[in-house]
Amino acid sequence: MSSLYERLGGEPAVSTAVEIFYRKMLTDDRVARFFDDVDMDGQIAKQKGFLTMVLGGPNHYTGKDMRAGHAPLVARGLNDSHVDVVIEHLGSTLIELGATPAQVAEVAALANSVRDDVLNRPSAPARA
Amino acid sequence: MAQIEYQGRRIALAPGETVLDGLLGAGIAAPHSCRAGHCRTCIARAVDAPPPDGSQTGLKDAWRELGLFLTCCAIPTHDMCVAAIDDLGLEIAATVIDVTRIAHDVMRVRLTTDAPFEHRGGQFVALVRHDGLSRSYSTANVPSRDAFVELHVREVANGAMSGWIARQLQAGERVRLRGPDGECFYLPGRPEQNLLLVGTGTGIAPLYSILQEALRHGHRGRILLLQGAVEERGLYLVEELEALAREHPTIEYVRCLLRGEARPGIEVGSIDAILRTRAPSLVGWRAFLCGHPELVFDLRRKAFLAGISLKDVHADAFVMKSPPVAAPESAGRS
Repeated sequence: MSSLYERLGGEPAVSTAVEIFYRKMLTDDRVARFFDDVDMDGQIAKQKGFLTMVLGGPNHYTGKDMRAGHAPLVARGLNDSHVDVVIEHLGSTLIELGATPAQVAEVAALANSVRDDVLNRPSAPARA
Repeated sequence: MAQIEYQGRRIALAPGETVLDGLLGAGIAAPHSCRAGHCRTCIARAVDAPPPDGSQTGLKDAWRELGLFLTCCAIPTHDMCVAAIDDLGLEIAATVIDVTRIAHDVMRVRLTTDAPFEHRGGQFVALVRHDGLSRSYSTANVPSRDAFVELHVREVANGAMSGWIARQLQAGERVRLRGPDGECFYLPGRPEQNLLLVGTGTGIAPLYSILQEALRHGHRGRILLLQGAVEERGLYLVEELEALAREHPTIEYVRCLLRGEARPGIEVGSIDAILRTRAPSLVGWRAFLCGHPELVFDLRRKAFLAGISLKDVHADAFVMKSPPVAAPESAGRS
């Protein structure tokens, strides 16, 4: 079966999705403070990498990359509640783009699989 | 088998090998991260030929035009020369044509270069003095029309370069230009697209160039030009911009002041409030934002939230050069 990345339309679709997703993050007071960097082009590139990964598109991210990339944010207080917000906005972005609830659940599961790496803590048993 | 040239070295690539792998294999610490074309850490510039197919996917049009590409996705089929993006172009010698005060605190410097100086209107260049002192300024000329390079220099208190330009620089003086650099320029195409041009201080210089390039290319969409200043005294180039707006009904030229009295052509208030009134939605627009860094960064964020795609936002923040000793000096583009 092709990846959701391909089924949603590949790179152009992810380019559209990442802007919708980024607007949601910037306007959500629960997480906006993690996005106050002036390098918006850089931030959107990172988020595009993240979206591509959780949609099953081409990527070479490793758990080590995820840990290193998020360590500064963890130092600033990033925790499970923020990851939940990310997954919430990821889901509503995909719904806007025509994904089904089953597909959203698939993506959320992939996003959850890197939760421990993102939060820089020892890998725990799979979360429910 | 393709070869790449990088900082004077020639590196042979294995069939199917990417530029990034070639550089790393040759022991060059080329920046990279995701290796899948997303993070853009590995971006570089193709100097003499178009980058390989598929290595510019997802990049801004302006970046593609500049030959920027992602080395992690680039599998060359021909020999190519690759430059790191912080490698500014060569220095080229130039002669000052004239130096004219065009506002109480702005000097216009026009120069002619010894050899053709390829640049796009609105990009910035470093002006290099005989002793090596250099500052960056945006181009205000229209390269498709003008045989000279025009720079607008704001005179900064105790500014080493701007003070020299204001008081000593004369026609005939020899200097050098290095560059060009920057993504703030008009790219022909999509002539119906609405354009937003916002500038403060000498940020209006690149916009003056971009505006004229757009018109020369037959741009037909609405052009909203907002020139911001604290008070009216901080504005310049007003007559030239008004003349353009009279000639081209697509141009909506509004001077935005923080202090003063509103009258036709002048509004009082923050630029972003004036922008919201004039253009509540920016979906599908293309924007050029030049000048004070805080304003540029704030407007970019607000424009993005108002619906513009980040790929269509071209920002040039005139960052102040940190003071070397006690004397504050601007990077010139302030």
